[in-house]
Amino acid sequence: MTSTRSVTPVPLVRAKYETVLESWIAEQKRSATARPDLISDSDLARQSSEVLSTLLEGLDSGSLDVSGPAWEHMRAALRGISLSRVRLGFSPSETVLFILSLKEPIFDPLQELDPSNRAEAILELNKLIDRLALVTSEVYQQGREEVILRQQQEMLELSTPVVKLWQGILALPLIGTLDSERTQVVMESLLQAIVDTGSTIAIIDITGVPTVDTKVAQHLIQTVAAARLMGADCMISGIRPQIAQTIIHLGITLPDVVTKATLADAFLVALDRLGQHVVATDPVSAAGR
Amino acid sequence: MDRVPIIKIGKYLLATIQTDVQDNVAVALQEDLAARIIAARARLVLLDISALQIVDSFIGRMIADISGIAKLLDAEVIVVGMQPAVAITLVELGLTLSGVRTALNVESALAMAGIRDQN
Repeated sequence: MTSTRSVTPVPLVRAKYETVLESWIAEQKRSATARPDLISDSDLARQSSEVLSTLLEGLDSGSLDVSGPAWEHMRAALRGISLSRVRLGFSPSETVLFILSLKEPIFDPLQELDPSNRAEAILELNKLIDRLALVTSEVYQQGREEVILRQQQEMLELSTPVVKLWQGILALPLIGTLDSERTQVVMESLLQAIVDTGSTIAIIDITGVPTVDTKVAQHLIQTVAAARLMGADCMISGIRPQIAQTIIHLGITLPDVVTKATLADAFLVALDRLGQHVVATDPVSAAGR
Repeated sequence: MDRVPIIKIGKYLLATIQTDVQDNVAVALQEDLAARIIAARARLVLLDISALQIVDSFIGRMIADISGIAKLLDAEVIVVGMQPAVAITLVELGLTLSGVRTALNVESALAMAGIRDQN
């Protein structure tokens, strides 16, 4: 198929360019999938004329291979339109129908051909437009996936808050499963916070982490080592009994890492290292607890 | 050739790396520091690398080596102000510089040194 030469009479279509464009735009506005709420008439006309002219440009080359160099402009145009429609909130079918609705208007000029040539040309254009529709839908999917990826990224950033507990003490409460990517973000934001606040002690609290496997442990060790390189001490708190068991069963050791059962314990140790301690102002009520 | 300036402050030496260093500058720093430790009879060297944005395994090794050389000459190195990106890179390279003391900034390094000298 890729080597077939085009049989479409391009000059014939080009002669009726304006008519085809107008009836295509009219067709799009008429159809049930028209979205005048999302796209303005001028944008629609601009996109339509861009696609139609690049389509003719592609046909001029004689090649029918839409993934070939002759169709590069076309792919770029479809890419731009498809991505802009993803952002505008068009559905997949609405986006693909944009291309598919070109069929009828572009077949119109072919009526002048004799029947045998006409059938051949229509068949060819039909296949071509179908393939362009596929390109559009693929780009649309990619656009959607990019949106999802970006949201994932944003969630990552939201889910790793670094909290300043005291002058010189940072806490990083981790919640949810830790994977490599997330640990990377955790590490970066913790180290950056150490620089920004000039803190010398950081407490990583893993109370909200459901499981710890070798990989997660490795990441934690790396984070602690990196913080140490910068001149800050790192402690790990909130290790639940099951997790302590898992860590031992997996044969993981956390060398040179101070671990505490709760964030409160770790905080006391941190205060102690900074030469501070908490005293009860009312010994009576403190004893009553 | 660029050289890393080494400043003597009392009993301490302060070497501040001010740009990303080439390998030959790093080698020169090792030589200079060894000579200066002997000449100044310094017991403590502050190696300020806060301006260092990029490291490779060579520079990482160099930091570890400087610490080792200083130890042989009875001086201690405190690595000061390592940037997050540098720390992450070194950890990923497996160079955790165990045994080398670190500090967030020159001020806290001097505080650490002051405590050490009192003991």
